[in-house]
Amino acid sequence: MMRALFLSAAALIAVSAAAQDIAITNAKLVIGDGSAPIEGGTVVVRGGKVVAAGAGVAVPAGIERVDAGGRWVTPGIVAAFSRVGLVEVDAVTGTNDRNAPRTRFSAGLDIAPALNPMGSPVAVNRASGVTRAIVAPGGSSNLFAGQGAVVDLADDMDMVTKPRALQFVAFGEAGSAKAGGSRAATFLLFREQLLAARSYARGSATLAEWGNDAMIQRADADALVQVINGTTPLFVRVDRAADIVNVLKLRQEFPALKLVLVGVTEGWLVARELAAAKVPVLVSPLTDLPASFEQLGATQSNAGRLKAAGVDVSVGVFDDDDAHKMGYATQYAGNLVGLARLPGASGMTWDQAFASISSAPARAVGMEASIGSLRPGRVGDVVVWDNDPLELGSRPTAIWIDGKAQSLTTRQDRLRDRYATPGEGALPKAYDR
Amino acid sequence: MIRGVKGSLLAAVSLALVGCAASGSEAKSASDKPAAAEKPVKFDKDPYPSTYRPYGGRPTAVRGVTIFDGEGGRIDNGVVLFAGGKVEAVGGADTAIPADFDVIDGSGKFVTPGIIDIHSHLGDYPSPSVEAHSDGNEATSPTTPEVWSEHSVWPQDPGFSRALANGGVTALQVLPGSANLMGGRSITLKNVPSRTVQGMKFPGAPYGMKMACGENPKRVYGGKGRAPSTRMGNFAVNRATWQKAAAYKKKMDDGKAVDRDLAMETLAGVLAGEILVHNHCYRADEMALVIDMSKEFGYKVSTFHHAVESYKIADILAKEGICSAMWADWWGFKMEAYDSVNENIPLVYKAGACTIVHSDDANQIQRLNQEAAKARAAGRRMGIDVSDEQAWTWLSYNPAKALGIGDKTGSLKAGKMADVVLWNGNPFSAYTRPEKVWVDGALMFDAFDPKRRPVSDFELGQPGEGDVK
Repeated sequence: MMRALFLSAAALIAVSAAAQDIAITNAKLVIGDGSAPIEGGTVVVRGGKVVAAGAGVAVPAGIERVDAGGRWVTPGIVAAFSRVGLVEVDAVTGTNDRNAPRTRFSAGLDIAPALNPMGSPVAVNRASGVTRAIVAPGGSSNLFAGQGAVVDLADDMDMVTKPRALQFVAFGEAGSAKAGGSRAATFLLFREQLLAARSYARGSATLAEWGNDAMIQRADADALVQVINGTTPLFVRVDRAADIVNVLKLRQEFPALKLVLVGVTEGWLVARELAAAKVPVLVSPLTDLPASFEQLGATQSNAGRLKAAGVDVSVGVFDDDDAHKMGYATQYAGNLVGLARLPGASGMTWDQAFASISSAPARAVGMEASIGSLRPGRVGDVVVWDNDPLELGSRPTAIWIDGKAQSLTTRQDRLRDRYATPGEGALPKAYDR
Repeated sequence: MIRGVKGSLLAAVSLALVGCAASGSEAKSASDKPAAAEKPVKFDKDPYPSTYRPYGGRPTAVRGVTIFDGEGGRIDNGVVLFAGGKVEAVGGADTAIPADFDVIDGSGKFVTPGIIDIHSHLGDYPSPSVEAHSDGNEATSPTTPEVWSEHSVWPQDPGFSRALANGGVTALQVLPGSANLMGGRSITLKNVPSRTVQGMKFPGAPYGMKMACGENPKRVYGGKGRAPSTRMGNFAVNRATWQKAAAYKKKMDDGKAVDRDLAMETLAGVLAGEILVHNHCYRADEMALVIDMSKEFGYKVSTFHHAVESYKIADILAKEGICSAMWADWWGFKMEAYDSVNENIPLVYKAGACTIVHSDDANQIQRLNQEAAKARAAGRRMGIDVSDEQAWTWLSYNPAKALGIGDKTGSLKAGKMADVVLWNGNPFSAYTRPEKVWVDGALMFDAFDPKRRPVSDFELGQPGEGDVK
């Protein structure tokens, strides 16, 4: 306990340091927008924002310079779909704010106050190069899970970049389980709840007059109105090809819906429809097992085929561990590069693969102007890597978030150091720190 | 506690009634008379014998490749020869290639022994993971040494083919789950498609027995209002069961007739050293207690599985000669996985203890080479010198030894099974995939030939049949 207090005090001191104005030079510079790496590149961050990045960028006088020594320098990874900050230990329920299965509320839930920036998963994910994350609630007792946020992973107390940045709902088998047992029930419940919210917003009916005042609460209606009018993107978990097509059709009745599809395991079977709909997708790209009957067509070539069809594809780490292992994003993206070299398979170029874990998720959540790349005006989230960031075992050697230098030390590192030699010394290990 | 053990014994006894008539190859010494006779009865130890046969292949030479031989050796610009299902030679560029061998030029590519996953639930928790397929935990009693995982394995699990084609996995151990303290027997399989599990059983591999420490058994049974509900309960139930097994074995050893008891038979096999213990155990302090329990009753733990805290007692594990089967970086999903460190694998390796990378997962079994690469890199960052060829021992030879098949497979040595992977680059790169996989010299996967891509019955006629996966 004392130790924890000491650590947090130290972290708070680190936070109080203001954003640095900094120029990182001599970099193998990745902008993150799908363009090729720039040898000998420079990125300049002032006031917490990128002001210039590229070759031949002049370093303003008096600014702190960091020579990257030719190493890879990239924007921070954007975790495309995660629960970082909501969970410390999954199986320890008091530390797990992913789901709210017994609440009366649904769409109105807002994860922002549940986020814990001091949690060890934040530090561990940060140390693997993740600086921002799209965080979605897991589920409620009702169809809609609630409102997620875009967060930063800095070692300070203010984690929220944008609250209520998305609404989450699952269709398919998971949706059926919430809605009463069938896909028909899911689609009808979805429609009824949106119509109830709209009616409520127009003042033309009270929620009670809809005949089922338990269906949604006032707070849920408030949130769903933002979904109907397209202010809040609606992230929809959906995997089966037929379900994908039907979810796209929701816009016939609710044309302003800003859909983002999550999972999309069988997306390649309806790639043309997805491309035509101009709906971004977040995929867990190494899913290749028919884990359920809505994932029969699973293949690791899904992401590559969707990309080739013109779909805006982001790569995430879910159906795996969505709170602790966001660092897998680089490994997964690297696998897409490998797939592109495999006969008959589809993957991505290196530049596309990196963009799928930086600018693409930023674009999916409507924040491409502020996060996810090193183009001028974006947040100063910069990572220096010891090697090719998509290669296995590469690690950041320095990270800035909003222009502030970050600690890369985790609780795991402290354990590692304590047990670098396992035998007891003159005193027990408990005195070794 | 007593209730749980008794329950399992009653179940085992009732099963034994139909299992008394010994038959099969190893039962020849059994008495002609009924089991009631004074002469000791020997029960068939292999009543579901392997029917696996190598599928045959052309004599093959792969040349110009970088070879990790699985035992820590490396040859650049090397040659691997195999024929008749066996490795014939492994050597440098000057290795003579007989005229009748097919020659594959592997310039820029790598050859390794096939990966062996010591911890899998393929087949007993198959895809699709529907309730009807949930066959991995006989969670009706905390001790079920009488169940055999092979009796749950569905050979049509599409996961086997993914492990082969994407993972270069040529053999694997399928274990019961970890709900029970003693989960039952495990089985080692060749990773080849088959109509029957017998057609996959690794010939001559010893049986294993799954045990589990910690949270899972006490949660499952404590949640049912029965023992064990604590870690001390876990040990009490285990010790009481071992005590019964020791008595059963003594009766057998003394030549006395016993009523056949399938649970006790497995445990007696462990005490006799014929069945290898594979113990799910996360925490260092619990592993140390299990080591003492194994000495109390006279058995040996082959491998601690998951073993996220092995780094805390790597010196003890080295001294005891117990392997650790580990993930590279899984953590935080439960309390006993909270102290995971990325350097666990290299720290165990550095201490000189047996080091294994395992999956416990139908997805990660497809990239165990990548997990080893991450662990290797974490070790190097803290100054532990791990060469690529040494790291490969974590993936093939060490698991083979821990499974009791190290004399047959796991390394590229003349006379051993030709379980071989040709990788299209360095297998410790994210950009690399298996190009060809041979099991006993038979080409079972070829990235260039869609016809050498297994498609399970379940996948026939479904979306994506025969697709790259």
